[in-house]
Amino acid sequence: MIWNEPMECMSRDQMHDLQSRRLKDMVVRVYHNVEFYRRKMQELGLEPADIQTIDDLVKLPFTTKQDLRDNYPFGLFAVPKSEVVRVHASSGTTGKSTVVAYTRKDVDIFSEVVARCLCCSGVTKHDTVQVAYGYGLFTGGLGLHYGAEKLGAAVVPISGGNTEKQITLLQDFGSTVLACTPSYAAYLAEAIAEAGIDAAELPLRVGVFGAEPWSVEMRAKIEEGLKIKAFDIYGLSEIIGPGVSNSCEQQNGLHVAEDHFVPEILDPNTLKQVAPGVTGELVFTTITKEAMPLLRYRTRDLSSLDYSPCECGRSNVRMAKIFGRSDDMLIIRGVNVFPSQVESVLLEIPEAKPIYMLIVDRKGTMDTLEIQVELDEKYYSDEIVELNNIRNKIKHKVESVLGISVIISLVEHKTIKRSEGKAQRVIDKRNI
Amino acid sequence: MVIKQLSVFLQNELGRLEEVTDILYKHNVNISACSIAETAEYGVLRMIVSDADKAAAALKEDDFSVKISDVICVETPDVPGELHKSLQLLTGAGINLSYMYGYSNGGTARLIMKVSDPAKAIQLLK
Repeated sequence: MIWNEPMECMSRDQMHDLQSRRLKDMVVRVYHNVEFYRRKMQELGLEPADIQTIDDLVKLPFTTKQDLRDNYPFGLFAVPKSEVVRVHASSGTTGKSTVVAYTRKDVDIFSEVVARCLCCSGVTKHDTVQVAYGYGLFTGGLGLHYGAEKLGAAVVPISGGNTEKQITLLQDFGSTVLACTPSYAAYLAEAIAEAGIDAAELPLRVGVFGAEPWSVEMRAKIEEGLKIKAFDIYGLSEIIGPGVSNSCEQQNGLHVAEDHFVPEILDPNTLKQVAPGVTGELVFTTITKEAMPLLRYRTRDLSSLDYSPCECGRSNVRMAKIFGRSDDMLIIRGVNVFPSQVESVLLEIPEAKPIYMLIVDRKGTMDTLEIQVELDEKYYSDEIVELNNIRNKIKHKVESVLGISVIISLVEHKTIKRSEGKAQRVIDKRNI
Repeated sequence: MVIKQLSVFLQNELGRLEEVTDILYKHNVNISACSIAETAEYGVLRMIVSDADKAAAALKEDDFSVKISDVICVETPDVPGELHKSLQLLTGAGINLSYMYGYSNGGTARLIMKVSDPAKAIQLLK
């Protein structure tokens, strides 16, 4: 099922025309209404008339998260405050929080793109959607909420956490769709099994998971644990929130709502566009948003683009499942390490749970990477030799994938903090 | 005789062992022998207790990783050479010893042994 066929299935030429028209219009709006962009364009010697088609995108200046912080809270608004009907903000874990705003039309677009994503995941008006993303300043809860309502599904707005209640409502309300972060979905699967409930008996059939990078192996594990089909939803508050893109039943990339958000992939060093299929930094330009349109926003997420037609019938470009954030990437002894790589390895080892913590430190001039791994209680042994065998097996596999030596510490199960939202997996103790 | 040993996986952190003894105390479980094997980051606590199943259930309730395994308890006179004789018998029969712990008191020594074949070991050491 396709929610908005005209917008999701048009030819590449039609999309080029639509994006060009919308970009032109948007550039005029930001030039006249946002001082930050007017100044940036003037510094580059650009006027709105220089932007005629979507191909002129490359002439435009970039926007970074720091720009949003510098203009905290309302400096990048392109409309009078009276037109704003909602604001959201990031948690600000890595600095001052970033604020985003929506006009009534923006809120409609938000609902529209999330409805598309849900439809892309096979959700219909007959479904009951349990929204276990946090409600509040975070865009996840309200985003999924209004999208599911727009689709006509029944929404259970339980928000994040409160695991026992989540399980009770999955049973009593017969929720057929679960929307939350993948790490919370994995935790919920664990909790359901522990409560002695057979996941296959639950009416739950679809998961719409996002807001943090997760591996293909993790997807398989969640699908197995909850007995569902799991879909990827991607988004970030700066662009709109969840709903920027979503995987379809082909599980081969996420279709981008490119009539609203135009993606580019750049080489992070040269900031030049790379060819389709090449991995680089994902950059978005919002071409319809009113309250806070952004030019070429650098997401720091790593992905690639595929413009070939998809079996599902959609012609919208597909972005590859996010491999990681360039921000998440650790450089240890000069080697790039992504937490998702560790996760993939752990999922292949039954003795280890895919719950881990990476602790990076520096001893003298040497970086060290300690990986704390929870030992599955089924494999606990009273013999140190056995435990060492398990540790060495994990160490060997992780090292062969990462290419650097690591310290594996087995820890008791349930001692690494479970996350109800975005999982915190790295502690970097280096003082550089 | 073959007896049940309760073992617990313990992270190497202050107070973790005390949490175990607290739970056993609250469930009125007595410990008659114990040992700890430690590595840099974790330890394995092995115990002979008055009710291994009850103790295991109570510890699991609090999310400890526990295991009940068969070990043998050997009683010998507390004189030189007795342990040596026992080990000779086991070695001769190709029985592996993973670990052991014990004590002597009042002229008798008691040893708890984890062996590869508990039933056969008991026959030999009778």
